[in-house]
Amino acid sequence: MFAADSGCWFTQKVLCWRAAASVAWSVLLLPASTAAFVVLSKLSVLHPVQMFADCVSVLLSAGSVFSFVLLAGVIIMVGFLTFEYYTVIPSIACSKVALLGQLLHPRQLLYCLAHGVMGVVVGWSCAVTIGYRYERLAYLCPQKDRDGLLHMCLNEHHLLLLLEGGFVGLSHSLLGVIQNLNYVSFGTVQQHKYLCFKASLPLAAKCSAAQAFYSVRNFVLLYFFLGHIPRAWMCKSLSLHLDSSAHPLDSISGLLDLSLLYLLWISATYLLFSWYMTLLLFRIFVTEAYSFPVQSTFTEEAPQCLPKVLSEKQPMILKFLALQDLSLLSQHSPSRRSQVFSLSQPGGHPHNWNAISKECLSLLADLTQRLVSYHETVATNGRTKSLSSGSDRKTSSESSGTEDLASCRPTFLMKTPASVFLRSVGAGPQSPLTSPFTPDLDSPFASPTLRQLTSPVDPGSPWHGVVQSPHVMRRAPKLWSTSTDSQRNGSPPASPATLPTPKPESSKPSFLAQFFQNRREQVKHFMAKRMLVMYLFTKLPEASSQALFADGQAHIWALDGLSYLVQASFTEDQFGVVQTTLPSILSSMLLLQEAVDRHFKLPHASSKPVRSTISLGDSSHKTLRFALRATLKTAIYRITTTFGAHLHAVQLSAEHRKRLQHFLEYKE
Amino acid sequence: MCSLTLFPPPLPDGQTTLCESNNELLSGSNTQNASPMSLHFPRESLKLHSRTESSSKAAFLDHSETLWMRSAAAWRDGGLPGLLNEITDSNSEVPKWLAVGSGCILALLRWISSFHSSLFPHLTLSSEDMIAEFSQVLNWSDCVVRAFAWHPHTDKFAVALLDESIKIYNPKSTTTPTLKHRLQRNVAAMQWKPLCASALAVACQNCVLVWHVDPCSLSARPSSSCAQVLSHPCHAPVTSIAWSPSGALLLSASPMDTSMMVWDVAAESCVPLQRVGGGGVTFLSWSPDGSHVLASTPSALFRVWETRMWTCERWPCLKGRCQSGCWSPDGSRLLFAVEGETVIYALTFAGAPDISTSSLKGPQAAAVVADLSETTFHTEDGDLIVGGEIQSLAWDPRGERLAVLLKGDPQVTNRPAIIAVFKTRTSPIFELLPCGFVQGEPGVEPRLMQFHPNFQHGALLTVCWSSGRIAHVPFYFLTSAVPLVGLSGSPSLLHPLERPADFASQSLFTELLS
Repeated sequence: MFAADSGCWFTQKVLCWRAAASVAWSVLLLPASTAAFVVLSKLSVLHPVQMFADCVSVLLSAGSVFSFVLLAGVIIMVGFLTFEYYTVIPSIACSKVALLGQLLHPRQLLYCLAHGVMGVVVGWSCAVTIGYRYERLAYLCPQKDRDGLLHMCLNEHHLLLLLEGGFVGLSHSLLGVIQNLNYVSFGTVQQHKYLCFKASLPLAAKCSAAQAFYSVRNFVLLYFFLGHIPRAWMCKSLSLHLDSSAHPLDSISGLLDLSLLYLLWISATYLLFSWYMTLLLFRIFVTEAYSFPVQSTFTEEAPQCLPKVLSEKQPMILKFLALQDLSLLSQHSPSRRSQVFSLSQPGGHPHNWNAISKECLSLLADLTQRLVSYHETVATNGRTKSLSSGSDRKTSSESSGTEDLASCRPTFLMKTPASVFLRSVGAGPQSPLTSPFTPDLDSPFASPTLRQLTSPVDPGSPWHGVVQSPHVMRRAPKLWSTSTDSQRNGSPPASPATLPTPKPESSKPSFLAQFFQNRREQVKHFMAKRMLVMYLFTKLPEASSQALFADGQAHIWALDGLSYLVQASFTEDQFGVVQTTLPSILSSMLLLQEAVDRHFKLPHASSKPVRSTISLGDSSHKTLRFALRATLKTAIYRITTTFGAHLHAVQLSAEHRKRLQHFLEYKE
Repeated sequence: MCSLTLFPPPLPDGQTTLCESNNELLSGSNTQNASPMSLHFPRESLKLHSRTESSSKAAFLDHSETLWMRSAAAWRDGGLPGLLNEITDSNSEVPKWLAVGSGCILALLRWISSFHSSLFPHLTLSSEDMIAEFSQVLNWSDCVVRAFAWHPHTDKFAVALLDESIKIYNPKSTTTPTLKHRLQRNVAAMQWKPLCASALAVACQNCVLVWHVDPCSLSARPSSSCAQVLSHPCHAPVTSIAWSPSGALLLSASPMDTSMMVWDVAAESCVPLQRVGGGGVTFLSWSPDGSHVLASTPSALFRVWETRMWTCERWPCLKGRCQSGCWSPDGSRLLFAVEGETVIYALTFAGAPDISTSSLKGPQAAAVVADLSETTFHTEDGDLIVGGEIQSLAWDPRGERLAVLLKGDPQVTNRPAIIAVFKTRTSPIFELLPCGFVQGEPGVEPRLMQFHPNFQHGALLTVCWSSGRIAHVPFYFLTSAVPLVGLSGSPSLLHPLERPADFASQSLFTELLS
């Protein structure tokens, strides 16, 4: 994320400072949680005075100061890792094997390793703080050996705490992948940071206690079976002896020590709580609304203005914050809205509005395109493929499973064929249209309909005969007309190559390709019969639908921003700059509405996700598609209620006019 | 500023108010077909539930379950108190020390909670009593029509009845969908989602239901899968809900919960906004421009939230809790009534939501704008006492008529509940003028009222009477302001108006006087 050229100022000037502030706050809060941990670890109801004296002496000792410095270092490291690994678009695994791939990604392994090491460090600090029998790794053996020499013996209690810290750290980082802990979501309502923090504090405490309970349970089970391995290794590498008089801890009687279990649980809770705190503070700080200037009088500040920032791709959070700011300004601030509607001083062009509306419309068109291609992939379900490649016969479930892999790469959404294609259409001619697209056509994951979309549909093609639903036929060409439409309104030079060049060879595969196709099918058939493979490769229900809407928050803000601006333009737009784009805004919203409606008719798309149990992992990405559907409808209603009968004067196609009439009559 | 004396005297017995035309309220005596639009729900036609939930639960409890299963179920249903209760009840199966110990802990918990509820006496009420206490409906528990909601954009409305069903009436369609749901019990309030054709939020005893009733569907009984259930632990009973005017958020409030919930309905997620003082939230009202929310508590305290950063302003009252409130159409003025007092207060807010600072720049004190203390009218049928405490307030969407539902006294025959209507004017200065009383058939009292959100010819007040009749009283007048299109944050354009001069002479309240 540091590599980006134009968004770099934001990372340097804002993001880093926000991250630093969040880490600083979590370090500042560390003494409080440490004190609570000390009190809980020394808890004795019968001797409160003794307990108090113990706590004070521990907190003021030199060892605890050292361990505190160490813990602060751990917190800073955790904060740094959070900053490096956070994402605003959740990565949704569509199958078990994809999840496995995420877990075994080298970057992820590094993350887990770091957390494991930090867990050991925290475990050591806990052991030192607790004191008593946990304090040292080695002690003088009570018995002399045969030669009458005193030896150092391994303190298994200490080792247990160290291992537990490492285990909890590891399991925290692994669970983080499954629960999407590094996904940063934006809140429903704006609140002050302190209030946000105060509200989320009980949740963090509850989550860490619950998570610590499960982790300790798993750890104790693991230690019971495999505890002798690390113990023997420790003894060997540090040339320590085992105390034969002490009871070994990897036995039932050794582990069923209530005070030991309590201390294990408390230290795991402490570890998780301090890390969750860091995570929460980071989320709160980094998602705080940032107010971008709409226009600036100085040219050097122009890249920091909203219209420019909106079109940035890296870092992704910059785009999200810009869209959030757009939606906030469109709702709450008339003075900034007036800047959006203003004309440039020499020339009188509405540059601000053009840039903003163009970016929002391209976002919407992007989503529409993604939905349409996904829908057609699922709806045609391999039937067209069998025609286009001759001997392709697949069971429907299998084909949908593999084809979904194409759409199930949320992190690489920008690289899926459809979006690459669309982006180049919407964002102007940075590259020839067909060149990024051609390799995808030949890739096994490219959907047949996509190939169809790239070539103009002629009635004579074999594809034409197979399509059962008339929608597919009607929609496909129309979509292109919108994207050209939005472009025509957005940027003055309309690219001549809005329709891609036809690819006639895609319908006539060569002999070699056909051979490979057959081989691949045979391998697939063979694999499909094995249980484990099927288990790993079957797609999780509704995950592909979630993945499609993974960055839905951006679209929600774009819809909000556009609709509020259009609503405000009814009274505030003095020069009528919005009127020129109103037809394309309406038609792209209606197109998206149509695509979303059709998407929700698919199985699993409208099924609600199961309420997750207590966890800090944000599950709001699972419901983004519902939020988007509601926002879209509200956005269209906002425009129709504001303009009312005036909308009849807007240039729209007959079908859209009909649709709009439904909205005007409140029948949607 | 005694104000009710300036009102035209109430109608004689047998006369009902029909409409306002040419600045006077017209009445008629023919009650049978006075208004063909009115609906009637006789109490006898409704099939009422006679059993309560707890009794049926006891009848069906399977006692062959093991103690563990029952304990787990009790833990799930009732938390720690439920678990302790279960253990104490089944003292034959558990060790004696456990039963005695859990009994002691339970007693301790109850003692602590009784201490807590001595601070906030409303916590001792049962949930039905609580809804009745804090509802905007007069005498809610006895009311046939428990809630009423006009759709904000069209001419359809929803009616919640005593038999826990909701009916939706639409003049453009012949079907009247009836909504029933297992969780739809003791409906305290309903509201349609703005900028949406289909979503209706219903405040129920244990949750908030959001129904999605397709306006084109011909089904007379939408299935319960059309309803979203929004529930949060300890957030019951819900006594008030409010949609944001932009349709994005839903607020819900419960007197048992110190936090009010901000729901993202589509995602079914909520953000609690907690402020401990007051002991709960009873009534919510979102200003029409979306910038402020009134939240009253069971104590003598209410809050005005600002919706940009969700900070709030505390308003302690002297006498009692804030019973009802309503906002002027531009969101700059709040009228509210306090329990135990017979006056209407006004607060004025500088309606500049553009300020980047989140703090409210509100007024310093509330001004009394109307005094509704008891006034005796001498009519042909004897003396009639009008006035007293206020049950609810409603302001029409143009800001020209203010309806006040006065509680009356059911013990005294000549002190009925009555609706007093004021003419109001918000610009250039705020003024209140008397209009008249809205009365129904003899022996029938108003229970609940609401203005139609977009009536073309003036204002339309819908009144639900204790007989089960729903009647509409139109107020025909020429509006002075352009119809508001619901622009949040933008000042509405106001044209200078021409008004008959004779009203200025009998004006009850103007800002110039106070």
